[in-house]
Amino acid sequence: MTDLAELRNEARPPTAVSSSGPVMAVQTMGLNAYFGDTHAVRDVTLDIPPNEVTAIIGPSGCGKSTLLRCLNRMHETVPRARVEGSVLLHEQDIYADDVDPITLRRHVGMVFQRPTPFPTMSIRDNVAAGLCVQPERALSRRQVDEVVERALCEAALWDEVKDRLRTSATGISGGQQQRLCIARALATSPHVLLLDEPTASLDPMSTQKIEELVYELRRTMTVVIVTHNMQQAARVSDRTVFMLSGEMVEAAPTRDMFTTPGDPRTEAYITGRFG
Amino acid sequence: MTPLPVPTTGPSQEPRSFRHPGPPTGSADASSGTVRRAPVIQGTVIADRVYRLTLVFFALCIPALLLLIFVVVGSAGWPALHHFGFSFLTSSAWDPVNGLFGAAPAIVGTVLTSVIALVVATPLALGGAIFLSEFSPSWLRQPLSFLVDLLAAVPSVVYGVWGMFFFLPLLRTSVMPFLRDTLHLGATPFFSGPIYGPSVLAAGLILAIMVLPYIAAVSREVLVAVPRSQREAALALGATRWETIAGAVIPYARTGIIGGVILGLGRALGETMAVTMLIGNRHELSASLLAPGYTMASLIANEFTEATTDLHKATLMAVGFVLFVMTLVVNAIARLLVRRVSEVRV
Repeated sequence: MTDLAELRNEARPPTAVSSSGPVMAVQTMGLNAYFGDTHAVRDVTLDIPPNEVTAIIGPSGCGKSTLLRCLNRMHETVPRARVEGSVLLHEQDIYADDVDPITLRRHVGMVFQRPTPFPTMSIRDNVAAGLCVQPERALSRRQVDEVVERALCEAALWDEVKDRLRTSATGISGGQQQRLCIARALATSPHVLLLDEPTASLDPMSTQKIEELVYELRRTMTVVIVTHNMQQAARVSDRTVFMLSGEMVEAAPTRDMFTTPGDPRTEAYITGRFG
Repeated sequence: MTPLPVPTTGPSQEPRSFRHPGPPTGSADASSGTVRRAPVIQGTVIADRVYRLTLVFFALCIPALLLLIFVVVGSAGWPALHHFGFSFLTSSAWDPVNGLFGAAPAIVGTVLTSVIALVVATPLALGGAIFLSEFSPSWLRQPLSFLVDLLAAVPSVVYGVWGMFFFLPLLRTSVMPFLRDTLHLGATPFFSGPIYGPSVLAAGLILAIMVLPYIAAVSREVLVAVPRSQREAALALGATRWETIAGAVIPYARTGIIGGVILGLGRALGETMAVTMLIGNRHELSASLLAPGYTMASLIANEFTEATTDLHKATLMAVGFVLFVMTLVVNAIARLLVRRVSEVRV
């Protein structure tokens, strides 16, 4: 099996340089995704550079979430879903036969549109949930507590919950729950963090907190964020990918995309002519 | 952000009127519109009130029925309860000729058979429910669920007949000797003594089969109802299929699963026919599960036609009353348990 665990010890930002330039954190090549007969993602070839925030924008139903879910092989957990093409994580094909999706997902964290805390667990246990499913990293109680504190600090939630770590995770606000889910994803120190419209169900204050957080996270990891909010993409991302009807129309540095879009469809979308 | 346009206020603004605005294409002359009369807003809709009162009546019928049963059974059993006092619950005497009655063997038998039923049925039912909701291929799910539901539809007496002619011989010739001798459980008081066949164990096991579909059906439904987002949250953390089920799905559904077990318990406590055919019907307190016993329900069913004296009749009513109260208490405790489990953990 490909030893993805080794990736963890690699220096960040990666210094390895291949013949074709710096190693991309994630690359997709001719990626197609289907739900039964529905062709949701069409032939997407995309490079996601490390330690940057890449935003995927596009109108509802354009396949941006599906594209994101192909990057940690969550797409295939849906009945009748299938994927063609390849996705490379640090130059390793995650759809290769010898890659276990379980192992992959421990390196590629994900946060969903709605907060999904485990309601029967305490705040601490929620953050530690990802550690508990990694038997090869058996940690002592004390070590787990340290990881929980680090993750909650990184998610800018520590000060708000440090006195109630043992209470239920459903007793905090929606915005706090979403940051808790981010902390849960950060606890396992993923290489790549996938955010699927993480602020869609939150108020402006909570949204701002999460955007600041995303901006900080690029120092230690690669972030891919799906959003239907163009202002959000402009605020938090280094690169923006525009999708339409399952196809990738354009991928460019965010500043260029919002000032001089290369494709008339992109221009039409970001100026609000449809969406 | 561009500021919202602020409405200008000044003498040029037209006074507000409640006149219906004319068609958009028409002239702006407001005086040409017809003046509408003020709507009638007093008075209530009678139908709604009737509807509510009817529903209140239906809703009150249910507790009234419960109260009626409680009062009638309680008052009919009162002479016996009064006559024997507290010893009615602790005595194992049963002498209709001399008018000595005690309900202890039946109470213990009821509790024991129900406990055996739940201990055996819960893991089986839960395992089946997990398979049906999480692992079963879709072509198998529907027929298998149907068969489980069918198990609940088999009449009690059919279980009894099947138990007498198939299950009891099987227990007597292989299961019971295996438990007592091969596993050496006979050294404990719970599996000691001669093997008859009809016994507390046999009744408990037939009850297990009977409550299994209830627990399985309820558990399956609550497992299926666990939102996909919970499963995905666990999977995205790198949980295996089993870790997802054990760590996210079952905890989320546990209140409902406990509810299913309580439903099974309710059936086990009151089940009469099959138990009467398999338990041996003996008024005797014995620690051994291999010995015959009695349950309250089977005691009442067996003796009602033979009760000739008033005290005997009152005694059977009193047993019924005890069973009724016990069922209420067990349900109340179970409900508290569900609330505790689903409560915020502090």
